[in-house]
Amino acid sequence: MAAEYGHIALLIALAFACVQSFVPLVGAQTNRQWLMQYARPMAMGQATFLTISFIALTYCFVVDDFSVAYVANNSNSLLPTIFKVSAVWGAHEGSLLLWVLMLGLWGAAVALFSRSLPLDMVARVLAVMGMVGVGFILFTLFTSNPFDRSLPSIPTDGADLNPLLQDFGLVVHPPTLYMGYVGFSVAFAFAIAALLGGRLDAAWARWSRPWTTAAWVFLTLGIALGSWWAYYELGWGGWWFWDPVENASLMPWLVGTALIHSLAVTEKRGVFKSWTVLLAIFAFSLSLLGTFLVRSGVLTSVHAFASDPERGVFILVLLALCVGGSLTVFALKAPTVSSAGKFKLLSREGFLLANNALLVIAALTILLGTLYPLIVDFISQEKLSVGSAWFNTMFVPLASALTALAGIGAMSRWKVMPGKLLLTQIAGSILVAILVAAAFPLVYAGEMNFKVAFGLFIATILIATTFRDVWSKSKGQVSRLAKLSKSYWGMVIAHLGVAIMVIGVTVVSNFSVEKALKMNPGDVATLSGYDFKFAQVGTQQGPNYSAHVGVFEISQAGELIATLHAEKRRYKVKGSMMTEAAIDAGLFRDLYVSMGEPLADGAWAMRLQVKAYMRWVWLGALFMSLGGFLAILDKRYRIRVKTA
Amino acid sequence: MHPKRKNRLVLILFMVVGLGAAVGLMMYSLSQNIDLFMTPTQIANGEVRPGQTIRAGGLVVEGSVQRSDDGLHVSFGITDGAVNVTVEYEGILPDLFREGQGIVAMGKVDSRKVMIASEVLAKHDEEYMPPEVKYALESAHKDGIENLKKNTVEKAQSSQTEPLPKSTTEKQY
Repeated sequence: MAAEYGHIALLIALAFACVQSFVPLVGAQTNRQWLMQYARPMAMGQATFLTISFIALTYCFVVDDFSVAYVANNSNSLLPTIFKVSAVWGAHEGSLLLWVLMLGLWGAAVALFSRSLPLDMVARVLAVMGMVGVGFILFTLFTSNPFDRSLPSIPTDGADLNPLLQDFGLVVHPPTLYMGYVGFSVAFAFAIAALLGGRLDAAWARWSRPWTTAAWVFLTLGIALGSWWAYYELGWGGWWFWDPVENASLMPWLVGTALIHSLAVTEKRGVFKSWTVLLAIFAFSLSLLGTFLVRSGVLTSVHAFASDPERGVFILVLLALCVGGSLTVFALKAPTVSSAGKFKLLSREGFLLANNALLVIAALTILLGTLYPLIVDFISQEKLSVGSAWFNTMFVPLASALTALAGIGAMSRWKVMPGKLLLTQIAGSILVAILVAAAFPLVYAGEMNFKVAFGLFIATILIATTFRDVWSKSKGQVSRLAKLSKSYWGMVIAHLGVAIMVIGVTVVSNFSVEKALKMNPGDVATLSGYDFKFAQVGTQQGPNYSAHVGVFEISQAGELIATLHAEKRRYKVKGSMMTEAAIDAGLFRDLYVSMGEPLADGAWAMRLQVKAYMRWVWLGALFMSLGGFLAILDKRYRIRVKTA
Repeated sequence: MHPKRKNRLVLILFMVVGLGAAVGLMMYSLSQNIDLFMTPTQIANGEVRPGQTIRAGGLVVEGSVQRSDDGLHVSFGITDGAVNVTVEYEGILPDLFREGQGIVAMGKVDSRKVMIASEVLAKHDEEYMPPEVKYALESAHKDGIENLKKNTVEKAQSSQTEPLPKSTTEKQY
């Protein structure tokens, strides 16, 4: 029965969403208070019933109700319970339900934490979110209902979850990522609401900022978690592949980052209003495009589209409605938006403009590279792929410029920054950066490496200018540090996170060592000073798999520093093989061992790696998220607005 | 001109030129950086330029996988049902690599028309056929080269959840 309850709850949520998308908006447009007051209860109701629906599906998974087709296809009675729960979002239907649940929860959050907002704003914001909700709940119900029964022939056991997904990564990565994706719907709804209400002002930007930053924090964490998961789970130590699915998440992140910065200018200076609105529209549209790309199957080939045209067409229609509708509103309302402030190009506004240009160009580049094979295939039926080399060539210069300018922009004044003053302020930082850049490769590797030197140079510029700015803002007194605002500290920490990530990416890409070789038990291989001894191979039984376990003893200068157990698993239900890498993680290096296939006479193919500074990549992302989190806590977002 | 307008004009010009240059550069470098997909038939017909990096897809021919005694050198045949092409690779094969399975190899083709692969990919799902492999099988089928190794293709079809579309459904739109 749980499946039916879930289905019914989803239908009730749809009803709530319908009312939410319509009634408060009518109220706001005709200035009828009692209609506007529908917004909050409807949002709460929608969230409640989506939660019930989601719990019902989870219940079906936990109790192995294989009469539900989705459960039968993606679970198995042998699966550990935690993976039964995460299997809920392990495939298309359930992940869509998670998507709408997240949307409902964001709506509920807006309803709860918007006491300081005027009612008409809340009404419009929730109405727009209600419309998105209607679209996606309909999509779930019509094309991807997870509650469909596979009657009359009920399978005795499920087809099992893809072994690759039977991992902690599936528990945390998709929910976090979706929170980010869907969170941009709030920024989007605020932008549309402000357009409709004709109040694109500093207050709107201030209301919008914490929500946008919150979504961005989740998206940052979600992408980093995905990278970390791929790193240890796929068994060859890659952490970013420029895979279309990754690109689909990076594009909204880049535009979302631009939006955060543009909102800052709109709040503080009252300029960039139209641009900010456009960014909010595009950040959410790219989230939708990401959903479309990942969920329609169009990615691997345009032809996979044909295998399930219904879903692809449905999302494409939703995307078209969202982009088309919002741009129409923009075109109708934006001409009435006037910008008050003036600024010189060399000013904080100017640097933030450069930041936005670079981020948007980066997002466009990735969009082009991701869609190019689809377009060519569509036009000429020629099959091709864009290699990661292209993305690196395009992305690295843009990201470098962005990194180098971030700290300099942050220390510049609003309106106009005298060039000479700026030069004297950054001269010291540049000097430090040159020294660090020259010294690092020499000290680390004993030889010059210009790529590493360049990466260290831009990262050090950012770190040095950031610290110099903290020093000048606190006038060199420690007691004043605590008086700086939380949003300022948020920026500082997030910018340091960027620098940490740049250092990590640079070093891990240039100073990592990898070896694939044939090893017999007892063999020793040496990589950058570490002796990897393949001690023995044993067997082990897991709950739903059996495994060969390769035991490695790793020593440095004769001293044992780690014992690693790499696994080669065979999952019983589908008989599929999986590599479980073993990693000894450290701040300055990861030791990474994964087993290939068994060879003749007890030998194994082995992949051994020393990944330099690997953790810095994700540490940087953590810093960025922490910075975003601090910025949300800034008290000026909690000041109650008396007059609407 | 009004200074405000002038400022705005400079800004717009700056953006247009910047964007134009960026898109131009991107398109140019894209055309330099694509890896074309080739079917075994196309490789056998000599359609690959020497030194060109390509992706080739097909089913691993039954009984063709040979490992060297020392090291990780491996060679195997891939087929689109019409022609077999030998692939040589040095390294660790993916978990789902096995005979009869659809794989995609990236690399260059030498003068013997043997592919020297730098990377071998098999997707992480048993039931999933890389679309390129599907395409290779279909186009070999379509071109009327009828010396299909029937058992190979049938095996491929039975290993899929959905049967292969019979012919040219992919060009419908």
